[in-house]
Amino acid sequence: MATRGFTRKTSPADYADRIPPGQSRTEGFPVLSAGPTPRVSLGDWSFTLKIGPRPMMRWTWEEFTALPQTKMTRDIHCVTKWSKLNTPWRGVLIDDILAEAGLALPPDYTLAHSFDGYSTNVPTADLIGGKAMVATHYEGKPLTPEHGGPARLLVPHLYFWKSAKWINALQFLERDEAGFWELRGYHIYGDPWREQRYRGD
Amino acid sequence: MTDATLQAGHVQWQEAVIERIERQTEGVKSFLLRPQTWRSFRAGQHLDLRLTTPDGYQTQRSYSVASAPGFKGLYELVVERLDDGEVSPFFHDVAEVGDAIKIRGPIGGHFAWGPEDGGPLLLIGGGSGVAPLMSIVRHRAAVGRDVTVVLLHAARTWDDVIFREELIARDATEANFTLLLSLSRDTARRPQDFGRRIDASLLNMTLARLGTAPRLTFACGSNAFVEAVTGHLLDIGLDPRTIRTERFGG
Repeated sequence: MATRGFTRKTSPADYADRIPPGQSRTEGFPVLSAGPTPRVSLGDWSFTLKIGPRPMMRWTWEEFTALPQTKMTRDIHCVTKWSKLNTPWRGVLIDDILAEAGLALPPDYTLAHSFDGYSTNVPTADLIGGKAMVATHYEGKPLTPEHGGPARLLVPHLYFWKSAKWINALQFLERDEAGFWELRGYHIYGDPWREQRYRGD
Repeated sequence: MTDATLQAGHVQWQEAVIERIERQTEGVKSFLLRPQTWRSFRAGQHLDLRLTTPDGYQTQRSYSVASAPGFKGLYELVVERLDDGEVSPFFHDVAEVGDAIKIRGPIGGHFAWGPEDGGPLLLIGGGSGVAPLMSIVRHRAAVGRDVTVVLLHAARTWDDVIFREELIARDATEANFTLLLSLSRDTARRPQDFGRRIDASLLNMTLARLGTAPRLTFACGSNAFVEAVTGHLLDIGLDPRTIRTERFGG
């Protein structure tokens, strides 16, 4: 049922088929974080691949940025109701990270970890096959701290809380384990096209 | 605390009727909504609102609940009018008492406080970012008077201070509650307030009011505001794990 007197301000966008239900297009790039922006120097930065509790491989910033670079331009969708189209990223595909580690068949579930203690879970299938990367650049420039720099996960087909800022590890697990927001009422998977915002959606 | 469970009912859309509209400041109004089914919540949580045009276009927004969980039957939302917005001008210029709005929630498990979380608390709000903090202040007064709270509330001018009279009255009458105002484009009207923006020295003076390091800090406002404030708090040496943020705009 219509809301009395409510009218849309913008004309129906050409991109309407790219905006998931309940989302509004933004030209800006809002910042959402559960806490302060952590201060991560490149000298202290590292990225670790783990299987369960066991570290498999660890990269310094220099080593990590020497891995094959891939560009990806995608639409992104934040659970706080904004979508941003055509965002250009550069970084290292999860496929290339796995290849470098010689890990052909990682376990089915992944927990991404961040320098600030944040975590989020993503099925491993959603990270491979060119679908996701660890991004270090946005619009051709090093990723700024408030947007997750030095490096963030980019899983653009899921709500953007899955694209963990300030990433420092990917941990592969045999069983799905909820991350930070997933433990706090948000959806375990987070598909914007099925509007999976909260647990129960 | 971290396993705030969400009952299935919280995510169901339902109708709420606007029962009262109160002008807070120039450009800011409170809307008191009476939902069909009122559910209790944690101070600091938000509602999702959904508006629909006659041709079926829908848009959603999130608004923090400013009322306390003890204010049963109603949810108070604070809406700042943004000229280029789609939803806030509707609320300010079109919505009337008796209108029905679709809502769901309250939702959110991190930017939330209950007496079990303890204190002392440092609350820092920029403009309408005070809304979820107001819920905490009101809830504390009802159920946690032994918890020490300092609210540092930033606004442009004295007249832009949302909930000013209520907060000043609470400051005068409630033990363990202190209000400090930071007015970026005005002079301080009370001796303890500041006629300038929040900076490191202002935050040091605010922390001195608490006596000890806050167990939790809640900062809410525009991203620029929250980024600046939390940057100073890290410089001062606060443990980042004790700082929770909620940001809007961009």
